[in-house]
Amino acid sequence: MMFRHDDQAGSMMNWLRTRGLPACVLLLVGLFCLAPVLWQTVTSVKPDQDLVRLPPLFPERVTSVHYDRVLLKSSLPRSLGNSVVVAASATATAIVVGAFCAFALARLPITGKSVILGVALVTSMFPPIAVISPLYLLMRELGLRDTLVAVGLTHAVYSLPLAVWLLTSFFQQLPKELYQAARIDGCTPLQALLTVIFPLARPGLAVAALLVFIYSWNEFMFALTLTASDTTRTAPVAVALFPGLYEIPWGDLAAASLVVTLPVAGLALVFQRHIIAGLTAGSVKG
Amino acid sequence: MAEVRIELIEKRIGQKPILLPLTLTVHDGEFFVLVGPSGCGKSTLLSLLAGLDQPTAGRILFDGSDVTDLEPRERDVALVFQSYALYPHMTVRQNMAFPLTVVPRANRLARKRIEEEVHRVAGFLGLLALLDRRPRELSGGQRQRVALGRALIRKPRLFLLDEPLSNLDAQLRASMRAELLRLHKELKVTTIYVTHDQTEAMTLGDRLAVLNQGRIQQIGRPHDIYAAPANLFVAGFMGYPPMNLLSARLGMESIQAGPLHLTRPPDRPPTDQEQTLTVGLRPEDISVEPISDSGGERAGFGVVRLTEPSGPTLWVTVELKDHNEAITIIGSAQAGFTPKIGDGVTVSAPRATLYLFDPTTGQRAGSS
Amino acid sequence: MNDRSLTKMKKSGGPVHLSERTWGYLFAGPAFALVSLIALAPIAAALWLSLRQQLPIFGIDEFVGIRNYLQLWGDDRFWAACRTTLYFTALSVSAELLLGFGFALLLNRLSDGAGRGLRWAHVMIILPWAIPTVVSAQIWAWLYQPDYGLLNYLLHAAGVTGGRIDWLADPDWAIHAAVVMDVWKTTPFAALLLLAGLKTVPRELYAAARVDGAGAWEQFRRITLPLLMPVVVIVLVFRTMDAVRVFDAVFVLTGGGPGNSTETLSIYAYKTLFQTLQFGYGSALATAMFVLAALLSMLYLALLRRHVQESA
Repeated sequence: MMFRHDDQAGSMMNWLRTRGLPACVLLLVGLFCLAPVLWQTVTSVKPDQDLVRLPPLFPERVTSVHYDRVLLKSSLPRSLGNSVVVAASATATAIVVGAFCAFALARLPITGKSVILGVALVTSMFPPIAVISPLYLLMRELGLRDTLVAVGLTHAVYSLPLAVWLLTSFFQQLPKELYQAARIDGCTPLQALLTVIFPLARPGLAVAALLVFIYSWNEFMFALTLTASDTTRTAPVAVALFPGLYEIPWGDLAAASLVVTLPVAGLALVFQRHIIAGLTAGSVKG
Repeated sequence: MAEVRIELIEKRIGQKPILLPLTLTVHDGEFFVLVGPSGCGKSTLLSLLAGLDQPTAGRILFDGSDVTDLEPRERDVALVFQSYALYPHMTVRQNMAFPLTVVPRANRLARKRIEEEVHRVAGFLGLLALLDRRPRELSGGQRQRVALGRALIRKPRLFLLDEPLSNLDAQLRASMRAELLRLHKELKVTTIYVTHDQTEAMTLGDRLAVLNQGRIQQIGRPHDIYAAPANLFVAGFMGYPPMNLLSARLGMESIQAGPLHLTRPPDRPPTDQEQTLTVGLRPEDISVEPISDSGGERAGFGVVRLTEPSGPTLWVTVELKDHNEAITIIGSAQAGFTPKIGDGVTVSAPRATLYLFDPTTGQRAGSS
Repeated sequence: MNDRSLTKMKKSGGPVHLSERTWGYLFAGPAFALVSLIALAPIAAALWLSLRQQLPIFGIDEFVGIRNYLQLWGDDRFWAACRTTLYFTALSVSAELLLGFGFALLLNRLSDGAGRGLRWAHVMIILPWAIPTVVSAQIWAWLYQPDYGLLNYLLHAAGVTGGRIDWLADPDWAIHAAVVMDVWKTTPFAALLLLAGLKTVPRELYAAARVDGAGAWEQFRRITLPLLMPVVVIVLVFRTMDAVRVFDAVFVLTGGGPGNSTETLSIYAYKTLFQTLQFGYGSALATAMFVLAALLSMLYLALLRRHVQESA
């Protein structure tokens, strides 16, 4: 008796279970993740007078004045350009240098692999704040003070442990025989890497590149301390030090922060599957 | 084409011995098979020959010149892998051309000549229609041929094959065996072939080496190894069904293996004291007959435990018992006789070759 | 011997003969060199600096041994920063783990049915992770804004609070505001790892447990949790390392204030290094932070080992 439903109620329950419940879960998770960003978006199109009163939650008319200001009248575009240069060069350096190192670790008979792994661990565990002053002095010695090269190089090196870690496990998943076949077929190890291993490892290289790029784009502390002027500032530093004379210009700030987020958010959304694979690789045995 | 000499080659990983010092010569143009159970060291030996791995000690000579320290690319050998190891991102054409395209520019053939070579080898292997496919679009047998093609295109002086047929189904395997023999006959490249399948070893090899636990147990032509196994391991490993190996007492006139009674081989000088030995009998030498059949010399009575038809022969596993022990042997049913499980049968071995082994050393003591 | 070298001569007409091992060192070399120069050398320098007193403005630069560390021991502000850091870490990491676990379980349920739902969830969940920390700090600073911030408005509208709360200016609220921001930013990472872990638990185990009469809670406690322990520890290690070293978030949100109520070890070290330019003492602070982070990681790993031994 208790379990008898009429057809309609049964299909209703069914609908709830298969469609309704998942929808609620999605809504809940979505609200948590997206609400702050959505609010920032709303803020970025509010006219100035609507920023200093609440309600209304949503403006009656949207404006692009904040975007105009940060894109046309501030140094943000310059900072975005700097970030592109820094992140791209850091990614290229970390991937090229990291891929060769990872292959040596994965497949070649070198001694001291544990030393390299230990160095990687210490490098990624040591608080970056501790190395900033020696690093600053080093860059000054190298004549790289207040240059994008200094920031890019630092980002490349501090993302190397991650890149090497990811790529090593990726190379280990490729059949050993492919490398051996290439060697038998007459390749030097370098040729084997360039003609066989790297083309096959493209998905892994792409994942590592994405993670390095996002790290470098978002990194703040090194970028803050290794640069000193508007001309070398990266985007996150620009957002953190957003100029405000008396009041914080919340609308401009919202527009700027969205503009800065857009590239990485775009990458993350387009390549989310690869990124998730990369983030979870190694930490979850699958 | 080359004569391959392996001199006291030894391989250890850490303290663990993989190959004990071994010496072996493969003649120019020979089809040589390394056979043994998995983990016997045969694939390690192949890696050492290819230059993919370095020996702990000893040296390898091709045509008298030492290649031990040479890179794979400097040895001019080809290797067909068990997994084929085709490059998944390249077409069949690119896979086969690969060895010709990676040589240093000074020695490289012109693009057109490479293409001609690919066509020549592909025609030889029946791959012309598949040149633009990728490995994942090929069947197992086709992949196998591409792997062979990639190995052959360079006309290597040594051709190494690591269990190349083990991923194929039984029928394809038989036809590929024939194909391999044809290739070898035409190309006459020195070939070293690794397998764990003794049937394959027997059908393919000009000569073979039986390996176990990192040691060569016996080297010889297939028939010689079959007819005169050097020790218990070879006796048990080569031949199917495996040789019956029984613990036996050697008396003045007869050999008693538990309930089985065999005539003593005439060539052994009689001894005063009784000897304990291991005696080996090939299943094809043991005849399983109906109990009512009273002719001939009986070796024992028993009960059928298992029958295994194999073409013209019916293999029969028989359990023989007496008051203190039971033994199991495999024999072949007499022509026209099809016993059932549980039937009582007579076992006889009138013209059997008896292989006698020293039970402590495992070495063969004699036969008749 | 002669024989061998002859072959070599004959063969080495072409490219240089290099062993596989040599190639390996060549491949690993650049990475090792870069890391040594730009990471290891500064780390070594930091450790060395922590044994010196360096005050460039006064021209002081001398070796003082462990005096910086002794001074640290008696430094109330250091201990306060330690407490703040540990409080921040404990609160945010446990919240992230619990919330992340909840998300992962919900999303795992979701993925049983419709695959499209999970894709959307991934899209949403990856956004807070991808956003620059600096940006997320600014987003939250605006939400926390006392007069026109959304938070105060919503709380007021819902009748939870009476009036205006200046979240970031109130020493009691500020640290919690930072925790909430950190939880928002990093829960997705925890959820993603845990979700990937959940997917590796074989379905048959749950089926078997149901046959054995285990309810949902029993299934969670006896199957999900033990099997997920390694992933949980990894999440704990990663998140704790980051939380102990937290800088960007707090620096942008509160700058360590009000008072020193949100001054974590990183912020204190930063101020010591760059505002008062005490390079020696600042390096000692940073080293202490490293030790703290390493100790916590080792603690987790020891717990994991005990867990593995118990279940074996």
